[in-house]
Amino acid sequence: MIGVEHYIFVSAILFVLGVLGIFLNRKNIIVILMAIELILLAVNLNLVAFSAFLHDLTGQIFAMFVLTVAAGEAAVGLAILVIYFRGRGTIAVDSVDRLKG
Amino acid sequence: MNTILIIVFAPLVAAIVGGLGNRALGNVIVKSITTGGLFLSAALSWPIFLGFLGGSMEPSVVPVLQWVQSGTLSFNWALRVDTLTAVMLVVITTVSALVHLYSWGYMEEDPDQPRFFAYLSLFTFAMLMLVTANNLVQMFFGWEGVGLASYLLIGFWFRKPSANAAAIKAFVVNRVGDLGFMLGIFGTYLVFQTTSIPEILAAAPGMSGASIGFLGARVHTMDLLCILLFIGAMGKSAQLGLHTWLPDAMEGPTPVSALIHAATMVTAGVFMVCRLSPMFETAPVALTMVTVVGAATCIFAATVGTTQWDIKRVIAYSTCSQLGYMFFAAGVGAYNAAMFHLFTHAFFKALLFLGAGSVIHAMHHEQDMRYYGGLRKRIPLTFWAMMAGTLAITGVGIWFLHAGFAGFHSKDAIIEAAYARGTEAGRFGFWMGVFAALLTSFYSWRLVFLTFFGRPRWAESEHIQHAVHHGHDHPEEANPPSQEDSGEDAAHHVPAPEHGDGTAGYHPHESPLSMLIPLGVLSLGAVFAGFVFNPQFLESAEFWKGSLYFNEGLMHAMHGVPLWVKLAATIVMLLGFAAAWLGYIRDTSLPERGATQLGPVYRFFLNKWYFDELYNAIFVRPAFWLGRQFWQKGDVGLIDRFGPNGAAWVVAQGAGAAKRFQSGYVTSYALIMLLGLVAAITWVLF
Amino acid sequence: MIQVIAFYLFAALVVLSAVCVITARNPVHSVLWLIMAFFNGAGLMVLVGAEFIAMLLVIVYVGAVAVLFLFVVMMLDIDFAELRAGFVKNFPLGLLIALVLLAELTLGIGAWTVGGIDLGTANGHAAATLGTTNIASIGAVLYRDYLFLFEAAGVILLVAMVGAIVLTHRDRRAPRGQQNIPKQNARRPDEATVMRQPTIGEGIEL
Repeated sequence: MIGVEHYIFVSAILFVLGVLGIFLNRKNIIVILMAIELILLAVNLNLVAFSAFLHDLTGQIFAMFVLTVAAGEAAVGLAILVIYFRGRGTIAVDSVDRLKG
Repeated sequence: MNTILIIVFAPLVAAIVGGLGNRALGNVIVKSITTGGLFLSAALSWPIFLGFLGGSMEPSVVPVLQWVQSGTLSFNWALRVDTLTAVMLVVITTVSALVHLYSWGYMEEDPDQPRFFAYLSLFTFAMLMLVTANNLVQMFFGWEGVGLASYLLIGFWFRKPSANAAAIKAFVVNRVGDLGFMLGIFGTYLVFQTTSIPEILAAAPGMSGASIGFLGARVHTMDLLCILLFIGAMGKSAQLGLHTWLPDAMEGPTPVSALIHAATMVTAGVFMVCRLSPMFETAPVALTMVTVVGAATCIFAATVGTTQWDIKRVIAYSTCSQLGYMFFAAGVGAYNAAMFHLFTHAFFKALLFLGAGSVIHAMHHEQDMRYYGGLRKRIPLTFWAMMAGTLAITGVGIWFLHAGFAGFHSKDAIIEAAYARGTEAGRFGFWMGVFAALLTSFYSWRLVFLTFFGRPRWAESEHIQHAVHHGHDHPEEANPPSQEDSGEDAAHHVPAPEHGDGTAGYHPHESPLSMLIPLGVLSLGAVFAGFVFNPQFLESAEFWKGSLYFNEGLMHAMHGVPLWVKLAATIVMLLGFAAAWLGYIRDTSLPERGATQLGPVYRFFLNKWYFDELYNAIFVRPAFWLGRQFWQKGDVGLIDRFGPNGAAWVVAQGAGAAKRFQSGYVTSYALIMLLGLVAAITWVLF
Repeated sequence: MIQVIAFYLFAALVVLSAVCVITARNPVHSVLWLIMAFFNGAGLMVLVGAEFIAMLLVIVYVGAVAVLFLFVVMMLDIDFAELRAGFVKNFPLGLLIALVLLAELTLGIGAWTVGGIDLGTANGHAAATLGTTNIASIGAVLYRDYLFLFEAAGVILLVAMVGAIVLTHRDRRAPRGQQNIPKQNARRPDEATVMRQPTIGEGIEL
């Protein structure tokens, strides 16, 4: 049967994939933002799974708020990306080295 | 006895005021203060000396300040006044005052006069501290002080590199001697447990047989101490081995040479030996060394002096030679004869130097005697002053009248004493002294003949040509002794008229009064000092009152020497005069022919027995090599490489390595954050 | 039984989609794979009984956020040629990290499984409201206990919206020159020119 550990396992894999996606890519910054969304999806899944198995709605409420914040963060992140692209003409990750010491 | 305080400290106050006031006070005020101070000291010194002469003064000590009280070591500042001191006082203050006065004229257009006069007064103060010292440490203070003043004054024209080099040479060579002196003082304290001179002199005879461990061997104590002390005297008085600085010291202005390197500083060594004569009397080996070194110096300097062309160098070597006389007189036990010669020598040597300065001044700073000649009619007063000095130094006198110029009395006394002593060293001293007297007479008269007689040879001199071209041979436009020649002055360009008489149209002029007065006073001293003071110095133990060791037996023996001994000095003096007359008046080609015939010998003497080259090879070059090793390999290669530069290199390397973390890539930063997180979790879990 | 199959299906697809998101070469493809992942995630949530959250996921995430991603990707007109490098370089390290993390999480889960946790909490609201639908239960809890957070979430969304606008707003006037058309039309001849008397050598302040 399916137990909560299955859900947690799936959520863990998704989480790791998202983290990998952040720094494995040297392609463009949008992939980073998408990887962040993956992480948030993993977290949501985890929350919902636990909510079901603990019979506590708090998990689902939390998942809703995570959703809200993720949407806001995606919006602002993409806005920053747009401005960055306006200034630099590229969103290749290699060119994001302005913090170079 | 407060006059001694004034005598000693007036020059110091003058030096401080003049030195610190410098340009703020202005030339005239500073010169007046310093010269006035010296004349005051001189005026107060003569009564003291005359008091001792007449027997009315007694030795005394005037304490000044407490200095060191450290366990068993204790010594204070105090001024001792006894006969020996009084003799030195008049010598120092009189000559110094006259030199101060002379410098009014000689240094008239030098831009740094306040500094010069301040240095002169400072030197006088240090010398006075030396001669009034009642303990060895105070004497050493004065010793070092005069060395310092000598350095400052030799290098007075510090923009000339040769002057700087000469000043350093003087100081360094003196330092070598000072090392010996210091070791002597330390050894003396070790042996006698005191540095106070009266106590040491009282205890000295008791130590005469003692021995002490030195570098693993047992040596005679007093010999060791006196030899060390004598090494100090060798340095200060330019005896053979540590003499190389004296000729180069002529880089300083002529008044400096007259004061320091004729009358006072170089005689400090003689003074020290005489002051400590009771110690030396217990050290036969040391005395022999003193005699031998003194005699050797005497002859060495005389041989070199016969070949030199620079007028000041001749007189410098003459000084070196006369100092040798004084030392071997002390070595044979005739300390009072040495002091007498010191006394007379101060006068005639200062006279000779100041006279030479007058000649140099007249000849527009030309110092090479090959460009002199025929000056007798043109600067007559200087000529007569130089004559007086030369008669004094060569020792012209009539023995059976017991009357003569200053050098006759003092130098002949030394030669007789050396003979009368009877020891081998004494004999050596005697013969060296006689031979040196011959040479002394020769080179002194050579100087006079070359300078004042014959036809003028000025035309080839660059200085004279410079003077004529720039219209400088007017008395009122006399160019000062300066650091560098002034540049071309087109407005004063005067075309040189053709003269067939070797003068190149130049007119030398007599010196101003401020220079002539000292010449006159010193001439009086050169003529009469020997005759007047002979009895007291040489014969009277009451005069000396125990301030130095008075060898009664020796003094009596002196009167008993054979006739040929008494005449020896006079005979050789005449021989030297004749030789000089032959070579420089009668047949002027003789000297050249003689020089070429005696080729190697002549060159040996001309090059000062190659001492400078020898020391350069043995000491100077290795020292520089060593310094360079320490600098390049040690300081730069080791200390800098591992120290500051090394630290900086490490920091730079570290920064370079750290720089790689600052890639700027946000993803890299995210990766590192993740690494940190994993590490933290791992830490927590396990 | 069917839940098991459904679960494994949804799970496999969500993982697969996630992998494709980060490995796709074309960013548009990446976004599409992301949408796929969201759908499957929503499916997983439905299986558990949180259908409201699942639908929320679809509506908000897929309908708004992913579409937004798509808009931006299209708008940025990315050059694909330079986007291919760098993957292989970091792969071993990244994989290692991922495996470590996974291992730890699994370990944690294993520990939890052995120890077990309480089913049903002392604070459980759900026990009382299980009978109603998921959406009703959520509504009851949200507007009663978490009201403040709800309002705060609204403010966050407001701030995000304002922020996005402020960041990307472009002032259109400057690049188009200094022309002000109404002002030009309102000019009259008697104020078009002005007479001045300049002194020689000095200029005029305009």
